[in-house]
Amino acid sequence: MAEHLLEPDSTRRGFVNWFLGLSGVAFLLSAVYPLSRYLVPPQVAESTAGTVTLPIKPEDVKANSGQIFKFGSRPAILVRTPAGELRAFTAICTHLNCTVQYRTDLTQIWCACHNGHYDLNGKNVEGPPPRPLDAYVVNVRGNQIVVSKSA
Amino acid sequence: MEGGAQRFDKVRAWLDARIGLKDLEKIAKKKEIPIHRHTIWYYLGGMTLFLFMVQVSTGILLLLYYRPSAEEAFESVQFLMGEVQFGWLIRSVHAWAANLMIFTLFVHLFSVLLLKAYRPPREVTWFSGMALLGLAMGFGFTGYLLPWNELSYFATKVGTEITSAAPLMGPFLGRLLRGGNDVTGATLTRFYGIHVAILPATATALVGLHLYLVQRHGMSVPPGVERSGGGGRRMPFVPNFMLRDLVGWLAALAILAALAAFFPAELGKKADPFLPAPAGIRPEWYFMFMFQSLKYLPAHILGIEGEIVGIVGFGLGGVFLLLIPFLDRRTARGESSRLFTWIGIAIIAYMLLFTYLGYTASATK
Repeated sequence: MAEHLLEPDSTRRGFVNWFLGLSGVAFLLSAVYPLSRYLVPPQVAESTAGTVTLPIKPEDVKANSGQIFKFGSRPAILVRTPAGELRAFTAICTHLNCTVQYRTDLTQIWCACHNGHYDLNGKNVEGPPPRPLDAYVVNVRGNQIVVSKSA
Repeated sequence: MEGGAQRFDKVRAWLDARIGLKDLEKIAKKKEIPIHRHTIWYYLGGMTLFLFMVQVSTGILLLLYYRPSAEEAFESVQFLMGEVQFGWLIRSVHAWAANLMIFTLFVHLFSVLLLKAYRPPREVTWFSGMALLGLAMGFGFTGYLLPWNELSYFATKVGTEITSAAPLMGPFLGRLLRGGNDVTGATLTRFYGIHVAILPATATALVGLHLYLVQRHGMSVPPGVERSGGGGRRMPFVPNFMLRDLVGWLAALAILAALAAFFPAELGKKADPFLPAPAGIRPEWYFMFMFQSLKYLPAHILGIEGEIVGIVGFGLGGVFLLLIPFLDRRTARGESSRLFTWIGIAIIAYMLLFTYLGYTASATK
């Protein structure tokens, strides 16, 4: 459109058309910009909890079992291995975000959505998950289980 | 005293002078339907349209009781199913008609594909139809979440994560779709808005375009029929074909009523983000072939995450299907095109096989 202005025989019509086109684009932009920003959800502060004390007593967690607990706003899984060791991982499957569960029959962490398997170190051993589950640090302090993010 | 017929004629003349009834009549009378051995497939599009109208009407009725929030959605549907008179019927018809609509849409799509009705000058009709397929799947995906139960919660987690896992724009689109980083009440309100406003408005406009184009170009006579000299016989649309259409619609309505009465829609358990995904979780049947394919992909293919390969693969498959009118040059030239017939059959076979596997293969091993 700009060439209308540069041409020596540029007419008033050309200028008006160019000006009209420009205002049209400006009008569209001034509508599209706030609209597109409106559609994008604002960032909500992530729960920064680095440590969680579970509402479960250590002696209530049987060997070869697992359960989901809240770690901030996300689910995590607490597992007691058949050998008696307590471990915790994020419960969000690395494949497509489903919440995993403990399978006593396989002694594995398992995701029902696409049949993904993790061993008791959180390592992806079978099925589609591409990465291991993030591990948390589990400490037993007296009667309490404290789970924290590894440093 | 004036007779009823005379009065009717007067009203007609009055309306004709103002809105041009006679012109509409002329158009309706001009429309003809070719008669040949594949005529039956012409009914599928109209059937899909009928089911879409059922969806709009029952959807509006559901709006009267539904509450779009994580705290109230499940309870409002529970109330609708348990307390509201015939609430179960309206919701069940909505759920079943959705499934039937997707089914007839797929049959319509594949009959158009195999009968090569996408060839010039009907490319834009094909594109608008493909866009309507996309919208229908969007309807299904967003509507599935609205009861806020366990199954729909995890299906939505997976579905939106698939979007997020797509390369480039994926993470942004995922956030846009979910209204945040996770599937929460914000996702529910967003899906609600998409399901009851954005998609219906877009779909209605596109259906209008699609119908206009069908009207403009007339029904496509399959090239095979044309070559063998068939397709010369025609029947008027009004009333011959329309009445046949109507019989089909009544049959669909009867099937719908029977399905809704004998197999009412279930509600399941309320979604709880702090429970593991239940075993046997699966999406709606029309996503099943994709879902099952993702299960078979290994974690990494040539160093790329398996799911990304799958997602990009399905994306490319969709683009291929969309562009078929441009890719099938032989049909466009009026020659027979075995290759694209076989491609169509292969797509159908793939979808059927993987859907079958999705329902029969063990979910745990």
